[in-house]
Amino acid sequence: MKLEILKTLNAERAARRAAVVVTDVATGKQRLVKAAEVARDPLKEEIEKHIRRGKSGMVEMPAGKAFLTVHVPPPQLVITGAVHISQALAPIARLLGYDVTIVDPRTAFASIERFPDVKVIAEWPDIALPPLGIDRYTAFVALTHDPKIDDPALTHALARDCFYIGALGSKKTHARRIERLKAQGLSDGTLARIHAPIGLAIGAVSPSEIAVAIMGEITAELRQSPEKSS
Amino acid sequence: MLARDEDILRAAEEWRAKGRRVALATVVETWGSAPRPVGSNLVIDDEGNFLGSVSGGCVEGAVVTEALDVIESGKPKTLEFGVADETAWKVGLSCGGTMRVYVEKVE
Repeated sequence: MKLEILKTLNAERAARRAAVVVTDVATGKQRLVKAAEVARDPLKEEIEKHIRRGKSGMVEMPAGKAFLTVHVPPPQLVITGAVHISQALAPIARLLGYDVTIVDPRTAFASIERFPDVKVIAEWPDIALPPLGIDRYTAFVALTHDPKIDDPALTHALARDCFYIGALGSKKTHARRIERLKAQGLSDGTLARIHAPIGLAIGAVSPSEIAVAIMGEITAELRQSPEKSS
Repeated sequence: MLARDEDILRAAEEWRAKGRRVALATVVETWGSAPRPVGSNLVIDDEGNFLGSVSGGCVEGAVVTEALDVIESGKPKTLEFGVADETAWKVGLSCGGTMRVYVEKVE
């Protein structure tokens, strides 16, 4: 590997951007494909598939075999609401390899004792969210039921490229939320990105089951191709 | 859990920056039960220091030896380890799997 490739690769990883090294294992010929360059690459489809699954692997090329070394940033989950569902959602997400941050300005809720092993920020979203670097490897979930907290957080997430955005609440609650956010100038297309009611329809009842439904939906968004997920 | 060999590639760059000669080994194919997933990395310097893993410790010794060759020659190599291979018994993949490891010099 050329030192230049290694340096560029490390820089991309530090910036939380996906990158793939394509190696012709017979000749040692190698190139780096940054996430932004995939669409123009001759191996576009294979590379996209491997990035989506976050897995390295061998692929057949007309000229022989190539190895794709896939580097994707670790996913993060950002939650507003240090609520009961979050207490189940955070450890499940940790188990699946996510870095988890919970934001809740209500200090009585956002106590560290209730959320071991997770970053808890007892601040309003406008202060807490910008430093988190919400990006396309981020899933964002709004769980407070309080528009004063969830609405600005959703607006922040919708302005960014998160792979998943979900908001707790019934169809009625969500309809009112849509009205409020529209009034702030957000378009229908943008608002359609919000998964609500949140989570896969598995008949979840308890907070833990709702957490499973949410994490299932997040996993589907992360791993399935756009045409498969709804 | 996905392999996240962050520190390993960072180390490869840092070792190289310090003037050490460095090789990078990557698991490129596995069959059967293999201890480390495809994409796992091991970085080796010209004194045989290494960081990371391509197996549970079963074949690292052999990979390091080959890596020293690759550092000298500059030519990449693909190594195969498995139960079918006579020499592999010596270094032993006790899990019974087979794997290919690509070793290249960081130039």
